[in-house]
Amino acid sequence: MDDLYREVIIEHYKNPSYRGYLDPHDISFADNNPLCGDHIQVDLRVDENGIVTDARFDGHGCAISQASADLLMETVIGKPVEEVKQLNKQDVLDMLGIDLGPVRLKCALLSLKVLKAGVYGLGEASDALVE
Amino acid sequence: MSLNIEQIRKDFPILARETQPGTRVVYLDSTATSQKPLLVIEAMNDFYRRSNANIHRGVHTLAEESTAMYEGAREKIAKFVNAASSRQIIYTRNTTEAINLVAYSWARANLKAGDLVILTEMEHHSNLVPWHMLQAERGIELEFIPVTEDGLLDLDVYRTLLTRGPKLVSFTHMSNVLGTINPAAEVIRLAHEAGALTLVDGAQSVPHLPVDVQALDADFLAFSAHKMCGPTGIGALYGKADLLEAMPPFLGGGDMIREVKLRSFRPNSLPHKFEAGTPAIAEAVGFGAAVDYLSQLGMDAVAAHEHAITEYALERLEEIPGVKVFGPSAEKKGGVAAFTLEGVHPHDVAQILDQDGIAVRAGHHCAQPLHEKFNIPATSRASFYIYNTKDEVDLLVNGIYKVKEMFG
Repeated sequence: MDDLYREVIIEHYKNPSYRGYLDPHDISFADNNPLCGDHIQVDLRVDENGIVTDARFDGHGCAISQASADLLMETVIGKPVEEVKQLNKQDVLDMLGIDLGPVRLKCALLSLKVLKAGVYGLGEASDALVE
Repeated sequence: MSLNIEQIRKDFPILARETQPGTRVVYLDSTATSQKPLLVIEAMNDFYRRSNANIHRGVHTLAEESTAMYEGAREKIAKFVNAASSRQIIYTRNTTEAINLVAYSWARANLKAGDLVILTEMEHHSNLVPWHMLQAERGIELEFIPVTEDGLLDLDVYRTLLTRGPKLVSFTHMSNVLGTINPAAEVIRLAHEAGALTLVDGAQSVPHLPVDVQALDADFLAFSAHKMCGPTGIGALYGKADLLEAMPPFLGGGDMIREVKLRSFRPNSLPHKFEAGTPAIAEAVGFGAAVDYLSQLGMDAVAAHEHAITEYALERLEEIPGVKVFGPSAEKKGGVAAFTLEGVHPHDVAQILDQDGIAVRAGHHCAQPLHEKFNIPATSRASFYIYNTKDEVDLLVNGIYKVKEMFG
């Protein structure tokens, strides 16, 4: 359980590398976790070949939600958008290197839901996007 | 008489549970739902083992027994809140359904576009959303009694709002976040002077304080069994008899009718008019047992114990650097301490405390507008009941220091 607060998670929470906004951007989306009100915004730049060239997130929430957002930005930079669309729950858990119960899983997956709703151009960051 | 907490703790089997190896659960989440004493669990088990049958229609022994138990519980609940008659206690699923009953039945029969309903900024979503829905459907107006910086209702603004001739004032008796015990008798008196009816959300007050509907002169009172040592799935609406008599039925079906023809029906009398379909019978029996349990402890003693714990908890929490507790000082609040810890999200606080078996809640506690008012997304909330001790407060405080260390 101390695992849940592995040093890497605390570190990404306290000193995120990808917190901020991109202006201009090609994709931008924001949504909330209705359970706790955590909020994440994701901005992406995508080049003409469909590759994500830069990514930033902003928002507020617990260590798990903010650290997973930071790790996710790191992961998607340099990846084709088509590959980003394939990311799912397990990818996020692998990034974090921990197992999570159903409630905290929502925190961890918020940034991926927002990211995918953004790249798919959807109106809402739904659970179905990461199953 | 003060409570024998050691004895009370033995009445609750779950308090011996180790949620972490070697660590007994420290349950500080009774505002969400209370734990259940063995007597309540056994009452429901006995009902299913010995007496189970459907109520009201059967003539066989089991049906007679079930009916007597179901109605007997209603008598106990009526007495517990000092209702003049058990006809005035309508079983519902919970507080939320009781409020919705008033919003669907009384309000839809009595309110029209432009009519004003006064709520407060400290309401639980259950006393906001039914009125939002009615606003969208009927075009009623909503106004809110503001909450002051120290977590109290601003009664000066309330008096001004009352000059606009509201039809209903619906407010919480005790905030589930700030813990504020509102001056219900005064709020009701002022409402009546202005010609408005009152609905009291008693979800937090009925489990923790002596509540007397006649002394308060409340028109409606809504409360839930599960926050007062009883089971989930059952609650109650108290209403003044003339109001309930005049209200149309809420749900249609069996048991709420006097007579049904192919194309029409005549509703049953109170309280059955509002209880369509087979109700939660075993849960009603459990609700009655819960009321027996609390009555035997005495609600004055319950309130005094919680007051002592809360006073101690506020003192200990406020000495932790970075902790901010929301709501008024101990003498104006019930056993709730919602707090933030600087630099750490409430989810993380709750999760790390759970590691030591300490159960607190994190989030907006179904009071999102109140959190927005204080400009915070969420709080951690420790809440106290008859089985909590000062030792448990100490464990909470030690746990928070541990959180600080991890995030330090």
